[in-house]
Amino acid sequence: MSELEQGIRQICATFHNDKSRMMDIVQAVQARFGCVSSVALDLIAKAVGTARVEVESTVSFYTFLTDQPKGKIVIRLCSDVIDEMFGMGPVARAFEDALGIKVGQTTPDGAITLEWTACIGMCDQAPAAIINDTVVTYLSTDKAREIVAELRKSGDPRKLVHRLGDGHNAHPLVRSMVHNSIRRKGPVVFADLPPGSALRKALAMSPVEVIRDVKTSRLRGRGGAGFPAGMKWEFTRQSEGERKIVICNADEGEPGTFKDRVILTEYADLLFEGMAIAGYAIGAKEGILYLRGEYAYMRPLLDHILQVRRDAGLLGREVCGKRGFDFDIRIQLGAGAYVCGEETSLISSCEGLRGDPKNRPPFPAQKGYLGCPTSVNNVETYCCVARILDRGPGWFAEIGSKGSPGTKLFSVSGDCASPGVYEYPFGVKLIELLRDVGAEDAAAVQVGGPSGHLVGPADYNRSLEYDDLATGGSIVIFNKDRNVVHVVRKYLEFFVEESCGYCTPCRVGNVLLLQKIEDILHGRGTPADLAYLEQLAKTVKVTSRCGLGQTSPNPVLSLLKSFRPVLEALVKPQADEFLPTFDIRAALGSTEDLIGRKSVVFTP
Amino acid sequence: MSDTIPFTIDGVAVEGRPGQTILQAADDAGIYIPRLCAHKELHPFGSCRVCTVKVNGRPQSACTMPCAKGMVVENNTPELLEHRRGLVEMLFVEGNHYCMFCEKSGNCELQALAYRLGIMAPRYPFQFPDRNVDASHPDVLIDRNRCILCARCVRASHDLDGKNVFQFVGRGSKKRIWINAEAKLKDTNLDVTDKAVEICPVGAILKKRQGYAVPVGQRLYDHQPIGSDIEAKRAAAAQA
Amino acid sequence: MAKPKVATASLAGCFGCHMSILDIDERILQLIELVDFDKSPVDDIKEFTGRCAVGLIEGGCCNEENVRVLKDFRKHCDILISVGECAICGGIPAMRNTIPLKECMDEAYRNGPSVYNPTGVYPNDPALPLVLNKVYPCHEVVKIDYHLQGCPPPADTIWQALVALLTNKPMDLPYELIKYD
Repeated sequence: MSELEQGIRQICATFHNDKSRMMDIVQAVQARFGCVSSVALDLIAKAVGTARVEVESTVSFYTFLTDQPKGKIVIRLCSDVIDEMFGMGPVARAFEDALGIKVGQTTPDGAITLEWTACIGMCDQAPAAIINDTVVTYLSTDKAREIVAELRKSGDPRKLVHRLGDGHNAHPLVRSMVHNSIRRKGPVVFADLPPGSALRKALAMSPVEVIRDVKTSRLRGRGGAGFPAGMKWEFTRQSEGERKIVICNADEGEPGTFKDRVILTEYADLLFEGMAIAGYAIGAKEGILYLRGEYAYMRPLLDHILQVRRDAGLLGREVCGKRGFDFDIRIQLGAGAYVCGEETSLISSCEGLRGDPKNRPPFPAQKGYLGCPTSVNNVETYCCVARILDRGPGWFAEIGSKGSPGTKLFSVSGDCASPGVYEYPFGVKLIELLRDVGAEDAAAVQVGGPSGHLVGPADYNRSLEYDDLATGGSIVIFNKDRNVVHVVRKYLEFFVEESCGYCTPCRVGNVLLLQKIEDILHGRGTPADLAYLEQLAKTVKVTSRCGLGQTSPNPVLSLLKSFRPVLEALVKPQADEFLPTFDIRAALGSTEDLIGRKSVVFTP
Repeated sequence: MSDTIPFTIDGVAVEGRPGQTILQAADDAGIYIPRLCAHKELHPFGSCRVCTVKVNGRPQSACTMPCAKGMVVENNTPELLEHRRGLVEMLFVEGNHYCMFCEKSGNCELQALAYRLGIMAPRYPFQFPDRNVDASHPDVLIDRNRCILCARCVRASHDLDGKNVFQFVGRGSKKRIWINAEAKLKDTNLDVTDKAVEICPVGAILKKRQGYAVPVGQRLYDHQPIGSDIEAKRAAAAQA
Repeated sequence: MAKPKVATASLAGCFGCHMSILDIDERILQLIELVDFDKSPVDDIKEFTGRCAVGLIEGGCCNEENVRVLKDFRKHCDILISVGECAICGGIPAMRNTIPLKECMDEAYRNGPSVYNPTGVYPNDPALPLVLNKVYPCHEVVKIDYHLQGCPPPADTIWQALVALLTNKPMDLPYELIKYD
């Protein structure tokens, strides 16, 4: 038996040859053998009793998984617009020069691969990159050269961390240079809670009373959609099925969002407490924390905290001595797919499948993970739950605005004096936030990340809450020197890269939107293109199957609504018989080079 | 208790049965809702989005949405027709669709839908993707240039043939229909009699040596638009 | 009053669409009552003699000469119509669009099974138009007003469309006449 075969058998056995644990299996195989090769696909399929193409389907879906060997060290540069604004372009070139390869390539000795990756949740300390599981922040061209030299010398990315970040970033299990950047603490999330105090209060009540309290608090989901959490729990509790599941969505992938990073680093106890309360309320024994692959560096700490809670009786059999209530949490690591932040995609991924969204109905509360009633909530939502049970629903409902009780964490980045995480009561005016972060002169603000809305000064008096400027928490600020059309281009590139490809409008429509925006940016746009963009954006928005495609045209629609003059200045009526999108020079260039003769019909 | 579910489609009263989707109830009532990925022998998939209707004002795919009492469904509205044209045009520019030499021409559901929607030329730029043809199998070929990623073959192979010949790999615009083998269709257990072979709405999966058998003028959609058979039921019911 | 003029051209096409124009049979006599032909392979007029009401384009653009002609048509014609699959989608010539240009050139002029070219030089007479990096549908080069689908479009399609345009009637083609093959 080959080493590969033996290794794969062993890995599959660790996960009980259960094909629904495919994500763990293929990640373990890749960690051990460098990639999930063609032979490995067959061996895994055989071990877990599925078809080879099913394994291949999963592996080919996720950015961090590969069927081809890569370097022992993979440097993933964050391609987000914020990183670009803060100098990622020259940094990337410095990496290329130092390594002697282009982004997308592996050094000839097979040691180091250089790649782009979507937002890694470090916009407050951009430009940043992930090297294997080690995060490196505040990159510069000098640092890029030093990093390459160090990697060449030691081959160990962990040796790149010289100065540790604050709080648990300095924990021996983390040892990361990441900073929390907590800039404003509020009463709900960024406050102390002795482990177990909220859970014990919840266990003193009946599950129905717990749900009643969450409903009374009027807590709405913090992921962005704002569905009432208590109602979701009630549906899940009432759905038929012995086995029920609590899932925490920690796949924070919206570019410009990093608040969950800070919660997971500093307030994981609060989060796990909220998940356990949810488990008690809906009647679940199993919890899953779906952690985005980019945050793998925190996993040892999170595993440790889970163990501490088990040892303290806050997880496991008869939680807090409560008879009949067993509850435990496992961590499911993602592998680079923004769409898995969509709750049904996330469930698919937990099941070991491609991260395709599922058809609704049935909703996860009816049929979710492996067909079981499942409640999926955001990291921040579970934190709110723990606080609500500790301080009471009335206390919580008093904070914030009428339709949006409680506080909200905002991840603030871009052109401002103090990027970081801010906890405000819901209903805070955008202008107040801009003042506090040192960005009163902002020319444009992306509220809610790319899938949210790009607003200009005319909207700064609006308030941040579900019924006005709704947001999952990302606030990206642009000053007057930034080109908003270019920003939109970057966001569309992101959606094109991250679309799962399941449905037509999102798979094709986003590519077409990007092409047209690029035409306009390059001076190839006509006034008619604005109507083209609007119609195309609407088709994608109306007909897409999940939240990704339903919101991916928002940057374009925001441009048309709030920054129309910028677009109008870029387009010009057709000057001659050619369409401006037809570039005769580009069409002839390659032939001229190949033949070695210039066109006499169309001279430059 | 009544065992029918009354609702309306474009103002027409429709009686759905429990467990039916909007699309199925509409079919029974003789109202055609355009579709590509949906197929009566397969469970709903909801990928092409051509059957998008509005249910009480909200967009939903008719092939996946169960009918419910009193729902108000909009189907044949100028707005939805425009979106459907957009979607069909997207599918045309996304792949390489050469109707003039395609064996499926005249019997192709994508082409027929474009006819029905009156598409004269796609408004979007052709992408001309580089896709391949796999003719390794003795009796069946896959031309990925024509694939619209509807998953009919995936579902049919799995659910009807009890096999696992087809599945998707890659994501986004790089998503491709793939096979349960390292590279070649001949290395799968696909059989020419498999349901997965005949269920393709376009000319992406074809039986060999059977092309162009029906002369132009006698093909499925040469004279009657796609959906005419469904609409004929309603016309017949109205006459009776 | 002078009759309106019609011009036609075959770019990267096979002349099949022009055959289809001729396929209107005896109705060509009626057509001549309605219009005069300007630049067209039908009457072999090489360059435009004046402004035209309608230009019919067969074929897409695969080389610089196609682009020049198409541009010339746009300049001289009030209404420009793409006729047939090649003009509308690129057609058979566009099958090369997924293959790198150099590979196409090598197959055609160096390595093809029927090629004899010991020097390995690509044909390079200045009189030969340069090919484009890919084949473009006409509406991706200039503005096109109408598209007549088919390979070729049936004679009836062309006839009905022309008569409608020349008599200022809406171009409502019946289902049977809109075909892509």
